[in-house]
Amino acid sequence: MARVLLRNLNKFYDDVHAVKDVNLEIRDKEFVVLVGPSGCGKTTTLRMVAGLESISSGQVLIGDTVVNDLAPMDRDIAMVFQNYALYPHMSVYDNMAFGLKMRKVDRGDIRKRVQEAADILGIHDLLARKPRQLSGGQRQRVALGRAIVRHPQVFLFDEPLSNLDAKLRVQMRVELKKLHNRLNTTAVYVTHDQVEAMTLGDRVVVMRGGVVQQVGEPLELYNAPVNRFVAGFIGSPAMNFAPARLRDGDGKLHAEASGFGLELPGALAARLRPHTGRDVVLGVRPEDLQIANGSAPPGLCFDAMVEVVERLGAEILLDLQVGQQTMVASVEPSVTAKRGDKLRFALNPERLHFFDAASEAAI
Amino acid sequence: MAISEVVVTQRAFAAAPQRGVATRLLEDERWLAAALLLPTVILLGLFIAYPFVQGVWLSVTDARVGVPGHFIGAANFVALLDDSIFRVAVWNTFIYTAVATVFKLALGLWLALLLNRHFRGKAFTRAFILLPFIIPTVLSTFAWKWMFDPTFSVINWSLFQLGLIHSRINWLGDPGLALISVIIVNVWRGVPFFAISLLAGLQTINPELQEAAAIDGARPWQRFWHVTWPLLLPVTMVVVLFSVIQTFADFQLVYVLTGGGPANATQLFATYAYQIGVGTGLLSEGAAISLAMFPFLLFVVVVQLLYIRRVEVH
Amino acid sequence: MIEGAKWRRWVYFYIPLGLFVFWLLFPFYWMLVTSVRPDRELYRPWMAPNYTPFWTAHPTLVHITDLLTETLFTRWMANTLFIAIVSTVISLFCGLLAGYALSRLKFPGGGALGTGIFITYLVPQTLLFIPLADVIRNFKLGDTPWALILTYPTFLIPFCTWLLMGYFKAIPRELEECARIDGATRWKAMLYIVFPVAVPGILSAGIFAFTLSWNEFIYALVFLSSAEQKTVSVGVTSELVRGDVFYWGQLMAGALLGSIPVAFIYSFFVEHYVAGLTGSVKG
Repeated sequence: MARVLLRNLNKFYDDVHAVKDVNLEIRDKEFVVLVGPSGCGKTTTLRMVAGLESISSGQVLIGDTVVNDLAPMDRDIAMVFQNYALYPHMSVYDNMAFGLKMRKVDRGDIRKRVQEAADILGIHDLLARKPRQLSGGQRQRVALGRAIVRHPQVFLFDEPLSNLDAKLRVQMRVELKKLHNRLNTTAVYVTHDQVEAMTLGDRVVVMRGGVVQQVGEPLELYNAPVNRFVAGFIGSPAMNFAPARLRDGDGKLHAEASGFGLELPGALAARLRPHTGRDVVLGVRPEDLQIANGSAPPGLCFDAMVEVVERLGAEILLDLQVGQQTMVASVEPSVTAKRGDKLRFALNPERLHFFDAASEAAI
Repeated sequence: MAISEVVVTQRAFAAAPQRGVATRLLEDERWLAAALLLPTVILLGLFIAYPFVQGVWLSVTDARVGVPGHFIGAANFVALLDDSIFRVAVWNTFIYTAVATVFKLALGLWLALLLNRHFRGKAFTRAFILLPFIIPTVLSTFAWKWMFDPTFSVINWSLFQLGLIHSRINWLGDPGLALISVIIVNVWRGVPFFAISLLAGLQTINPELQEAAAIDGARPWQRFWHVTWPLLLPVTMVVVLFSVIQTFADFQLVYVLTGGGPANATQLFATYAYQIGVGTGLLSEGAAISLAMFPFLLFVVVVQLLYIRRVEVH
Repeated sequence: MIEGAKWRRWVYFYIPLGLFVFWLLFPFYWMLVTSVRPDRELYRPWMAPNYTPFWTAHPTLVHITDLLTETLFTRWMANTLFIAIVSTVISLFCGLLAGYALSRLKFPGGGALGTGIFITYLVPQTLLFIPLADVIRNFKLGDTPWALILTYPTFLIPFCTWLLMGYFKAIPRELEECARIDGATRWKAMLYIVFPVAVPGILSAGIFAFTLSWNEFIYALVFLSSAEQKTVSVGVTSELVRGDVFYWGQLMAGALLGSIPVAFIYSFFVEHYVAGLTGSVKG
């Protein structure tokens, strides 16, 4: 069984605490994505699993074995690097065969395995070429091939798509997903791109400042972020935030923000009532801002002025001025709006997020 | 996500073969580094560190060839201060180094600027002008000695034909001229090194900077002084410091051309040390003369290290 | 290109460049002409009316043949070649290992050791030759090629190390990390991945080291005494001057032939040599 267990994992660089008490279980055959902004510790964590960084404290287990003291070559893992790390002086075939040669695999077996991987990735005609003769996408495939050939217990990916141009990136994303379905091997994938995280991961781990913020399936993170950071990190365009205060007013719970006020209905009010009088942050995703058509209760509507209209084809992004803050709304392409228009928006109470202003935790 | 309690078994990993002690040791960065550095440390220790210490010891004894010495403190050095030839050698060495370096820098820079343009045969030219630096110094120096020979000199002939002189110039035999002649040969040998190194430095300077300056109205000389020269300074410093050290400790040129004469006009630290230590077998005095170079060289090395450190910090 | 009138190009560019090239290369031409000039022309004083310096109407190979048959010149060439090759190999070996350790591995004292090696490069041979002669005598290496083969690395290794460090630093770490994950030990990754990629650097360092060995003089002068052991530089200097008489024809022939191996290698690897030169300066 090839699951990966991180237990109380810590990493110190001199005085910098780069990875703080990470606990994570990656199940057998699962594709887990570590995502977060640069410096959040995701790559350091990955490298500790690989054995390329020493572990300050805590344990890494692959399968049932503690691998803290095992050299990278003994952990039965394979890694795909951001810069592909293809050996420039060797042909594609030799690049893929290198690991097997190091393990003294029989030459016939090597040939079989390389052919097999080449078939899966469609790089058959490239086997005799040198890396410098390949395009970015081809190099990436070779890097994948090199990892596949080893039949490892765990695949590690360190931002493998970051160096590809946008179109290629989308294409490779799909291919990676298909590959994972086919190979059915545990994978740990690091990226700063939340779109990659959402589309590739069985589960996503959001990290920030060395600390795990939330672990869950992609939709779980999208619908129920546990704190403001996760809420703002997942989803594009990012969630809109407005500082607000909860106030009790004639039996109803009100959220007062700059430029608008809301009357919160039953279930939502019941949940939030304990926080009355406190400063909170209201969050709503651009796609959840609907132009009011009269059917929504007035307590859940607000006015905004359009500053910029961005027509993307499949949607229109409206940059709005709401009181003191700006918000972004994503609306249907059929909406006609222009700069300077005043529009009324309706909010769906089930799509509203509230966060405590001080702790940033979801409430 | 609750982490289930896992009983950690120490079962051997399927893919982790038993590693020998040596392999495991060498996986550790520090042991590997020690193993890799060992041959170098041994060689340099035996043939630089040890002789250096020996040299210091020799210089404070009165050893002769075949005769072990007794400690005599700084007596050798004190004697050197009184030695008129030594004083001449010190003076000569500083003059030799300073003048040669200035000319090597100026001419090398000029040549580098010339080579920085595109012209037909550039690659060939660049390859050929390095020859003085490639060819063994002693051998090319003999060519110069022959060219300087008072009776047979081709240089004299040329100057005579051009009407610039009317009698022989004794390049190497005239005490007033000898040092100049030796400097000429040193400059001849060193210009290619300066030129090629400075050329490499010039080629790393973004041409757009020059173009922007030209558009801003700067003349060629101003462009050079304000844009090129400051950017070239790091490379220049390194090259100059290298060259100063080599020139200060130079031996081959003078040995072949004049042996230190005439009348010690071209005597340098190194040639004098050779003459005393090897020629007359006064080992300890010779060692003292060699070591007398050390303070200046140390000063230059420290300056270079500090400069490099400062550049790296930036 | 120098913009402007053609005459400016000539004055500011072609003429200075031409003068430089002439000045730098003339001595070699002179070497060549002297080697093939018969003695009676050779020893014609420059003031004599029929002095024809720049060419000779009666070229002769007698100097060269005399050099090769009557002196130990071929022996000196063989000695120098042997010493240069073995010293270069030793220095490359040490330089590769040391350069890798200093640029890729983290260990206590790394910085100090690196600086130390750099400093030894700056210790000139003329400072050490007297006590070193003693050391050589003590090790009973005097008058053997081993005296030089073991001492030349003292100035070759620091140079090779420094040059190779520059090349190693340009090789991305991911290559080794990938190799180590693929199954290589640290030293195997060094050997199979890092070194092959650094081959241009190795060539540059090797060629430069060979040239520096061939050029060395004072150690060879002091440590070798018998004529058969001498290197080309020392042999030409000491054996081709009999009494106070300089046999210029043979001397120049010796100088010419002695320069050929280095010039030959250089001509094939100019780019590498220049890379070595500039690499050592740019650090």
